[in-house]
Amino acid sequence: MAAGGDNVVIKDGMREVVMPGNHLAAQAAVDCGCKFYGGYPITPSTEVMEYISDILPAVGGTCIQMEDEIGGIAAAIGASMSGVRAMTGTSGPGISLKAENLGLAQMAEVPLVVVNVMRGGPSTGLPTRVAQGDVAQAKNPSHGDYKSIALCAGTLAECYTETVRAFNLADRFMQPVFVLLDATLGLMHAKAILPTLEEVQAGIIPRKKFEGAPEDYKPYGVAQDEPAVLNPMFQGYRYHFTGLHHDAMGFPTEEIETCRKLIDRLFNKIDAHRDEIEHNEEFMVDDADILLIGYGSASLAIKEAVVRLRDEGIKAGMFRPITIWPSPEERMNELGQKFDKVLSIELNQGQYLEEIQRCMGRRDIQKLVKTNGRPFSPQDIIDKVKEVF
Amino acid sequence: MAFNYDGYLRMEKMPTLWCWGCGDGIVLKAFVRAIDDLGYSKDDICVVSGIGCSGRFSSYVDFNTVHTTHGRTVAFATGIKLANPDKKVVVVTGDGDALAIGTNHTVHAARRNIDITFIVIQNFIYGLTNSQTSPTTPQGMWTVTQKIGNIDPTFDACKLMEAAGATFVARESVTKPKKLEKVIKQALEHKGFSYVDALTNCHINLGRKNKMVAAMDTLDWIDSITTTKKKWDALPAEEQINLLPTGVLHEDTTKDEYCDLYKMVQDAHQGKRGKITQDDFEKKI
Repeated sequence: MAAGGDNVVIKDGMREVVMPGNHLAAQAAVDCGCKFYGGYPITPSTEVMEYISDILPAVGGTCIQMEDEIGGIAAAIGASMSGVRAMTGTSGPGISLKAENLGLAQMAEVPLVVVNVMRGGPSTGLPTRVAQGDVAQAKNPSHGDYKSIALCAGTLAECYTETVRAFNLADRFMQPVFVLLDATLGLMHAKAILPTLEEVQAGIIPRKKFEGAPEDYKPYGVAQDEPAVLNPMFQGYRYHFTGLHHDAMGFPTEEIETCRKLIDRLFNKIDAHRDEIEHNEEFMVDDADILLIGYGSASLAIKEAVVRLRDEGIKAGMFRPITIWPSPEERMNELGQKFDKVLSIELNQGQYLEEIQRCMGRRDIQKLVKTNGRPFSPQDIIDKVKEVF
Repeated sequence: MAFNYDGYLRMEKMPTLWCWGCGDGIVLKAFVRAIDDLGYSKDDICVVSGIGCSGRFSSYVDFNTVHTTHGRTVAFATGIKLANPDKKVVVVTGDGDALAIGTNHTVHAARRNIDITFIVIQNFIYGLTNSQTSPTTPQGMWTVTQKIGNIDPTFDACKLMEAAGATFVARESVTKPKKLEKVIKQALEHKGFSYVDALTNCHINLGRKNKMVAAMDTLDWIDSITTTKKKWDALPAEEQINLLPTGVLHEDTTKDEYCDLYKMVQDAHQGKRGKITQDDFEKKI
C-alpha cells in the first residue's frame, strides 16, 4: 500500500497525503525497508502498530503484538540481530520498561528505531494529552555510559522523513535511534508532503557487511571511531551478541584495555561523526533580535508566533534542533554569542533548557514551559516575549 | 569411537566458568550430541541464553549465539524466529531466568506455540549469584535470602507449560544423560514450542547448605525426587506430590505453529487467501 492508500496525490514528483503522524512513521518504516515490528499497545502511540500491522505483512514483513513492552523491544532487537530492519513504538511508560533492553542494543550495537509518542508524565500522567517530557529520558534511558541519538519531528512530514533518517542512522551507527513524536503530531490528521518512494529507497544507507573469509571476521574489531560491523545471522559468520563487555568477536571479557576501548568507542563513533547526525531548522534567524528555541510540535506555535511578532515589528527568529541528541553544541554556542535575548520554549519543566545553557555557556536564558497536557498557542509565546524582553 | 565435541564448541573458551562437578556441562554435551545426531548445519542454528550460570551456555557453542538480558530470552528468540522462520532457534536458560523474572515471556511463547526449543537448566536455586531462592527451590531448604528456611511454594513448570499451550513438554535430569539427550533431540525435531526441564545439580550453592555437600549427594537427591512418567502415573496422589515425573510429559502435533499462522496473515494481505475468520480454527474460544 502506498502512503495514504488511495488518497495519495502525486504533485511535482512529491506525494501529498492526509495522514496522522503515527501512520506516517509506520509508513516511513515500511517504505525504507523495515521488515519487523514488535510492540505493545499504549496511548498515544498505538496507531503506529495498528497501521504497520496492516502494511508489513503485504511486503513479507512481520508485526507482532508481544505480551508486554519489554517483549516488544526484545523481539525487535532479536529480529534486528538476525539482520533485518526493525522498529518498536511506544510512549513514555513504555520507554521506562524498555530501558534495560535499549542498553543491550547500545552495548551489543544492534540497530533499532524506537518511536516514542510523548504524553504527559511522570508515571501514568496524562495519557491522552501532549507533553515533551521524555527528552531527558531519551538521552539516557538505560543505565551505564553510551551516547543516544534522538530525532524530534516538528511537522507531519517529518514524522515520515525523520523515521526514514532514523533507520539510516541506526544502520550507519549500529545502535538504537529514537524518533520523538508527541500526542499532537502523532494523532493530528492533516496534509503532509512526502518525498517519492523512489527517493526514499535511493537514500537507504544499508548496514555494513563484512565480505571476507569468516575466519578473518571481527565484528567488534573496528576502528576506535567506527561502529561494529555485524553480519546477518545464518550466513556463515558465527559470532556472539552480549550485553557484557566484550572482545572483537563479541565474547565476554574483563580485560582492562578492551573494556576501556569499548566504551570509548561507543562515544567516539558518535562524536567523530556529528556532522552526519546533526539536523536543525533556522527560521528567520539571520536578522532577528530575539531567538526562540523549541522543538517538536511546540515549534508549530513558535513559528506562528515569530510571524505574528514580526507583523508587530518585533524581530524574532526560531532555532529548532531536529536531532536533539546529540545536541547541536557548536551552533547553539554561536547563537548564544550572537543573541542577547534567548527564550527556550518546551512542553516540560525545562529539560532541554539545561542543555541550551550548557551549550551557550550562560544561564540568563528565559524559559516558557507548560506541563498541563495542553499545547502552546502562538499567543502564549507572544505574551511571554513581550513580558520578558 | 568416542564422540568428538570439539567441532561444536568454541574450544578457546574452555574451560567453562561452571563449577567442578556442575551438571550444566552434561546438558551442554547432551545438546551437542542431539544436534549432531540430527545433522543440522551450525550456520542454521541460533542459541539464545539469558542471565545466570546458564547464560554462559551460548558463548560456549559454535552457532549464531545471543546472550540477552535477564528473563527476556524467548522474547528475543521470538523476533529471531519470526524474521527467519526456516531456521532453528533454541533458548537455553535457567529457572530464575525462565520461571521468575521472565515467566511472562515463557508463558506467552508457549501460548503462541512458536517453533522454538526452550531448555531450562533447572538447578532449584540462583547459583551464579550464590544461593538466593528460586521459584523451584523446595520449601524448607536454606537459601541466602531465607536462612531460616524457604517458605515460598514452588510450581511445576511442566504443568504450567502444558496449560499455557506448549505442544512438547519433557523433563529429564543430568543423572540420565542419554535420556536427556533423547528428549532434547525430540524437542528439536518437534514443530511448535518445545519445553525441556533439564534438572541439574548445584551442589555448591544449593547442596552445600542443604546437607548435600558433594556433587554426588545433590545428584542422588535429584534421583530421589524423580521417577518416570509411567511409574508416576500409577502412584497415589499423596506420593505424586513429592516426585517429579520424567520423560515426555505432553505432546500435541495438531496445534498450529505460530510462524505458520503468521504466514496466513501474510498470505491474506498479499491476496493469496481471504480474511482469517473463526472458521479457520477448530478451537473457537
